[in-house]
Order: sequence, then C-alpha cells, then structure tokens
Amino acid sequence: MAEIELRHIEKAYGETAVVKGVSLSIRDGEFLTLVGPSGCGKSTLLRIIAGLEAQDSGEVVVGGRCVDDKRPKERDVAMVFQSYALYPHLSVFDNLALPLRTRRLSFAQRLPFVGRALPGRGSLEKAIRAEVEQAACMLDIAHLLHRKPGQLSGGQRQRVALGRAMVRHPAVFLMDEPLSNLDARLRVQMRAEIIALHRRLGVTFVYVTHDQAEAMTMSDRVAVMMAGELLQVGRPERLYRDPQDLRVAEMIGSPKINVVSRAHWISLGASLPPGIHGNTTHLAFRPEAVGIAASGDGRLNGVVASVENLGSDIFLNVALGDGRGTVVVRTHPDASRSEPGRPVGLQIDPACLLQFDGAGTRLRQTEQAEAAA
Amino acid sequence: MTALDQDFPRGAAAKAGLANRSGEHRLGWLAVSPALLLLIGLLFGPVAAVVLFSLTDWQLGSFTFHFIGTANFRTLFTDPTFWKALGNTLVYAAIVVPGTVLLGLVVALLIEASPGLRGFYRAAHFLPVMSTMSAMAIVWGTMLHPTIGLANRALGAMGISGVNWLRDERTALLALAVIGIWQGFGFAMVLFVSGLKAVPQQLYDAAAVDGADGVLDRLRIVTLPMLGPVTMFVVILTAKRSFEVFDSVRVLTQGGPNYASEVLLHRLYTESFDFLHMGYGAALTVIYLAIIVLLTLTQARLLERRVHYS
Amino acid sequence: MIARFPDRRFAGRVARHAILILTAAFALLPFVWMVSLSLKPPEEIFQADFRLWPTVFHGVENYRVALTAAPMFRFLLNGLLVCAAIFALQLLVCIPCAYALAKLHFRGRDTLFSAVLVGLLLPPQALAIPHFVLLNVFGLLDTYAALILPWVISTFGIFLLRQFFRSIPDEVIHAARLDGLGEFEIIWRIMIPMTAPALAAFGIFSVVAHWNDLFWPLIAVRREEISTPALGILLFRDDEAGQFLGPLMAGAMIIVAPLLLAFLLAQRRFIDGLAVTTMK
Repeated sequence: MAEIELRHIEKAYGETAVVKGVSLSIRDGEFLTLVGPSGCGKSTLLRIIAGLEAQDSGEVVVGGRCVDDKRPKERDVAMVFQSYALYPHLSVFDNLALPLRTRRLSFAQRLPFVGRALPGRGSLEKAIRAEVEQAACMLDIAHLLHRKPGQLSGGQRQRVALGRAMVRHPAVFLMDEPLSNLDARLRVQMRAEIIALHRRLGVTFVYVTHDQAEAMTMSDRVAVMMAGELLQVGRPERLYRDPQDLRVAEMIGSPKINVVSRAHWISLGASLPPGIHGNTTHLAFRPEAVGIAASGDGRLNGVVASVENLGSDIFLNVALGDGRGTVVVRTHPDASRSEPGRPVGLQIDPACLLQFDGAGTRLRQTEQAEAAA
Repeated sequence: MTALDQDFPRGAAAKAGLANRSGEHRLGWLAVSPALLLLIGLLFGPVAAVVLFSLTDWQLGSFTFHFIGTANFRTLFTDPTFWKALGNTLVYAAIVVPGTVLLGLVVALLIEASPGLRGFYRAAHFLPVMSTMSAMAIVWGTMLHPTIGLANRALGAMGISGVNWLRDERTALLALAVIGIWQGFGFAMVLFVSGLKAVPQQLYDAAAVDGADGVLDRLRIVTLPMLGPVTMFVVILTAKRSFEVFDSVRVLTQGGPNYASEVLLHRLYTESFDFLHMGYGAALTVIYLAIIVLLTLTQARLLERRVHYS
Repeated sequence: MIARFPDRRFAGRVARHAILILTAAFALLPFVWMVSLSLKPPEEIFQADFRLWPTVFHGVENYRVALTAAPMFRFLLNGLLVCAAIFALQLLVCIPCAYALAKLHFRGRDTLFSAVLVGLLLPPQALAIPHFVLLNVFGLLDTYAALILPWVISTFGIFLLRQFFRSIPDEVIHAARLDGLGEFEIIWRIMIPMTAPALAAFGIFSVVAHWNDLFWPLIAVRREEISTPALGILLFRDDEAGQFLGPLMAGAMIIVAPLLLAFLLAQRRFIDGLAVTTMK
C-alpha cells in the first residue's frame, strides 16, 4: 500500500555529491527516521521522496509503483516543514482546507469571488469543512480555526502544520526536522504527540532529524546517513548494540561511545583483550560496559579527571595513563572510588567490546573470544 | 587636536569615560548645532514663511505686507486653471500608478522566474530611472513628433494615422503619462524583486505538496499575498512621485495646449516664478504641501507595517 | 522547480525571454532613438523611410555642433561641481548630527530627532518660494551658492546615517574611548569606515537626485555658464542651434551619458543604494 522503496538514489549539486547511491526500503505503516549530521543529505532524500527535487539517477517506488514522473501533489504524500510553512495570510481553517480545496474544487470553483457562486461548490465546501473540523479536533486546535498563524505559539503552529498534512489522509507523512524550532520542553511533549498520532493513523512516517535521541525514542527503525551515504538501517536497539560502522557507533548513544585505537591501547602498556582481529584498528565500548576496579586491576588504567553526577547515574571521566584520551564510565551513585584524582583500573566487558577496522567497518569477534566469554 | 578633542583630553577620556554629563551635553549640542541652524533656517523657517506668505498680500520686492486672511486661497479655489491642474494631476496619477505598478510587478515576476540574463534585464529596465528626465523628455519629444517621430511612423506602417501627441488636447496628458510610466516602472521592478526574494522557498514547497503547483495557483496562494505590503508601498511611492511630476511637463508641453496637460507643480512654478504671483503661489504651495505630506505619512505607516509583517 | 518536464520548461523560458525583451525594448527605445538621431544628417532625419543606422555618418558633425553651440562640457562640469559640493557639505553637516543623535545623550535629543522626522515629510519643491526669496535678499541668486545652499541640510541624510550609526554596538565606542580616542577621531576612524555602504548609498542618492534636478536650477539660475546638466540641455533646446535635431540629440546624449556610464559600471551599487534608501 504505502511501502516506499528507494533504489540507488543519487543526487549532486554541481560538483558536490549530496546523495550517493542510497537504497532503502520503508515498510508500510512504519515510523522510520533518517538521522545524521547537518549536510549529510537526509533532507535532500526526503525532498526527493516528496518529489520537490528530482534525483539524478535511481528510482523512487511508492506502493509498488514508480513515482519518478509524478509531481508532488500526485504522490499522495504530505510534508511537515521545519519552519511549518503555514500560509501567513490565511486563517488556520483556510490553511487546513487548502489541500482539500485544490484537489476537489475545479479551477473555476477556486476563483476568488466568482467561484463561490458556481454550483456544486456548496456541498463540496460542507464536506471540506467537516473534515477540517475533524482533524482540528484530533489535534486540539479547533478553537484556533479563525486565527492567523501569526497569532499562534510555536507549538500551536506545529499542530496546524500537522493538521494540514493530516486532512488529506495521505499514504505517507514526511517530516523535515519539525521539532527543531521548539524549546526543549515543548519538543519532548510534541515527540510524544507525534508518536501517538502515528499509532492512531497507522500510516507510514518518514522523519528526518539530526537529534539521535529523537530518532532512538520515536522510531520503529532508524536509518543513519552520513556524507550522502546510508550507513545502517535497523531497529534502535540493534543500532545501539550492533553498529556496523564506527561512525554509526559514535553517532548513536549519549554519552558518546568510548573509542580507543589499537595503537594507543598498546602504547599504554595494556594487553589486548582476547579475540581481537588482526585488522582491528579501533576498539569501542559503551560507558555502561566498563567497571571500576582498583588501580592496576583493570585492562586499562587511569585517573579520575571529573565526575558528573546526574542523580540516577554518575559518569566518570577517566584520563588514561599517558594523559592522551578519556574514557567515560557509568557507575552507580553508591559506588566507591569515584572521586577526582583517584587512580582506577577499568574492567571492560569483553562481550560488549566492539571492533572496527581501518575503514570503520565492524569486525565480528573471533571464535576464541566467544569461547572465552 | 580639534575643538571637539579639547573638551576631552586623552587622559580624561581614559579615566572618566564619558560619565561627564555636562560635557556630553555640550558636545552633543556642538555636533548638532550646524544641522539645527540649517533645519530652522532652510526647512522649518521657510515652511512657516510659505504659510505666512499665503495669508498676506506680500509681493516680491515690496517691504510692506498686510494680512489678507484666506483671500489668496479664495482666489485659488475660484480659479478654474487650478482645478484643471488638480484634476489633470489626479488623472495623470490614475494612469501612471496602475501602469507603473503592474508593469513593474510583471517584469519583476518574469525576471525572478528564471536565472537567464537577469543582470542584463535588470540593468536595461533600470536605465530610465537613472536618466536625466529633462534630456530624455526632449528625446521623447522627438519620438512623438507628428511626422518624423517613431510613434507615428510605426503607426503609419500599420496603416493607422497618428496624432500630434503633444499638441492635441486629448492626448497630451496621456503622452506625458506614458513617459511617466516609462521612467518609473524600473524602480517599481527593483522594489518588487527585493520583495520576491524575501518569500521563503518552503512556502512554495508546501504549496506544491498541497497541490498548488501551477503558475496561477502559486501566484494566488503564495506570491501575491506575500507581496501585499510591498505592493501597497510601491503604490503610495508611485502616487507621490506622480504628484511631483514637473520636468516632462515643463520641457514638452508647458502645461498646454490650453491647460490640457497642466499639473500642480507646474502651475506652482509658472505662477510663482514666471508671473511672480507670490501670494497665489504660496497658497498653492500650501495645498501641494498638504497632499504630499499626507502621502508620505501613509508611506511611512505602510513601511512600519511591512517591517512587522508576519 | 522539478527538472522533469523539459518541454514545458523550455516553452516557459522562451515566453519569459520574449516578454522581457519587449519590455526591455520599451525601456531602451528612447536611448536607441537618441543615439540613432545623433548620428544622422538632417536629410535622413526627415527622410520618409526609416533606418536605425545612418547611411551617411554625420555623428562627428552633430556632436561638434552640440559641443560648440552650447557649453556642454561646462554643463557637465557644473553638474559635477554642484553635486560634489552638495554631497560634501551634506556629509559635513549630517555626520556629526547623526552621530550625536545616535550615540550621545543630551537634553532635547529626542525632540530634535522628531523634528528631523517631520522634516522628512516635507517635499523640497514646497520650499522653493522662500528659498528663492531668501537668496534674493542675500543677493545670491544666479550663483553656484544658489544651486548648492538650499540642499546642504538633508533630513534624509541625518535619518539614514543615524540608523546606521545606531547599529554599531556601543561597546565599540566605549572601547575606543578607553583607548583614548577623542570624539572626532571616533567618528573619523570608526563610525565612518563601518558605515561606508550607507555613505555610498546616500552619496548615490544625493548625486543622482541633484544631477537630474530641473526644478530648482530653473528657479535659481539664469546664466548659461553656471547651469547644471538638466537645465543646460533645456537651454540648448530653446536655443537656435537646438532646432536641429541631430545636434540636439547629440547634446542630450552628452548630458545623459555620464550618469548612465557610472551606473553600468557599478550597477549593483546604484540599484541597492536607491532601493535601500527608499525602504529606510
């Protein structure tokens, strides 16, 4: 119905390649987030799906049909923009009604004054009014219908933008960083509302954001993009625990994953854990995969540089032996050995150790390590 | 070291900054005094003088004058040529304003629609705005010449016999209006272009997704509404400039034939400086002043609103 | 726009060029006509069939007549002199005033600024009579002074410069004062360089307006020797030699050329200057 398939999409602006051979399958009804830093091409990809930009090569297939030759209005997609893009001179009601009017009323019926007198317009308008009011009620903006966007708050405008997308009952919702203009508190609230909306409508949502926390909490699946390439697609937990690329590992999760290069490890005089590949150049492990022990008892040793007490957790920044590099460790508030200046040993859970080669590709643990674990 | 510096020798400035209140006062007044004097002497004084003149029977060269109240105004309002001039000016504005605004808008829309040759088009259309109207009016005069002028030659080639544009009572004002449009539409275009650049692209995108991606739809839903404030501004600006028309009239028709192309400012000039009817001229100036001030105030109000739009 | 419909796009682009060439032709027509006639001998001007380029090139003769029958270069020189003097004096008067209004605190400052705003409303033509009378009283009519003096105070200049001066953060000024700079140096070394674009815009606005002005020179000046360009070409036209269209068009060309050339060389500056100053 509304599965989206992107096949080898490429797009360049002049000399710069913005999207490099991206292939992605989005399932019907799923909430998929495209996440990545600014300039990685995620917004461009979204616009290509919408039809606002044409790809240089590759195909966009929606519901089994190639839509490359279809204009945006023919693609049965709706879009929520970062700036909401509400028509400032129209009331909220007219903003919501516009997509319906352009579709259902003929050109003559849409003419400013004359159109109103034409037959058929009355009944069409009534139907449109009913649908607009229904959407407005669902989004709790029914009391704002007569106002203009300039008179609304950021959160209210956000909802009108959602409403305008909803009234058409599209097969696909596209959202381009819709929450980035809101303050933190409102953002968290709107996140929940968007998730609830998705559950209620059951329609495919394609969401773009640079905030990995947003991606992780909202999505069925997450697609990580960087520098125009699709690095990995999968469920949030999968991306967290089983990243296929070092860049994915570093992007997902907060605080950032600890990365120590093999050379650095050796130069610290520490022995490598069992099961390390010959090609491994970087070892990575999450803050919660590290335990604090007495100095000299761990694989790596260092000194506690600073302590971040978040109430439920404590994050220790441990400076490694030679002073180059820091490891972030998550511990309990009750744990001992967590004062600054204290020398500690770091015990790393081998099952949680991730290995990456020189190209950043993930390497699986060898059988030896699996046997030892 | 200048006189200004002497108020603030370097050491004192370093230590006391400008916390020396009275020093700042003196300095401020010193800095504005030339401007202030000139404002009074060249601006407000003269305005008061004009109003005064209009209420007296003072003539240039005489040393006495008497207050005659509104006599000058009564002369003015019972003079048919004054009303002719006022009427003509309104007709002129009624032709030039829509013509300039529409032409400027169309050209701006077309120029911004594609990147091709934008620089050339912008320059070409703006050239008339920059040119000396006095000289170009003379050129237009030859173009509108009844026998050898371009206008009548072109019409003749199509089999239509042309008129003596500038000497025919029916067409003189119209010809001047065309010249007025010619000079102004490039400026309107520039203002519209800057207005068009300010329309956010995401609005067009939203319209495209909503189903309004045809040219007329985009104009109706996004472009024209967003250009509303700019349009109002351009209308008022063009209206103001229309009321100030003088050069082309003076050069080409001198208000004739038979006052068919007489306009306010030209009337003011001839009465005040050709005939030296100072009282009459002053009264006319007061009327002219009132009209222009009204238009300028409206323009300022619109500019304020534009800044706060959306 | 979507790159998908090449035929439609092409047709659209063609239509756009077609219409724009038409309107551009309308705008450029008088210039083309002027040049054409200025190069033609009298017989060709009155000839029945029309040609753009003259069959007999008479340009040199026409321009020679124009330059000798009327002091064309004198007119241009006067224009340059008068406009430069006006702008220089305007700067001299407006800059300190604008600076004081923007950055200094003194009693009556806001009243003064309101007065400036009121002054902005007044059209200069309404002041013609009193200016005329004033200059007559001082015996300055028909001199360069008459052409220059009434324009020295520019409420527009004060307003524009004040706005730009205000946009310079106070901290910069404080830092300068702490560094020991006197007020004059602050204006000269800091304010003026930082608002150079505004000064350029104001300059363009002022020069263009006064170069093209006919109304006031017509009132203030009688003698040919001190006439400015706009007045000069009119005098030439009303003169005997100006009855001949070839030289007349040549004369018009000479008058119009300087400003147009300057415009073509610095298009962006001119357009931005004139548009921005209007908006402000």
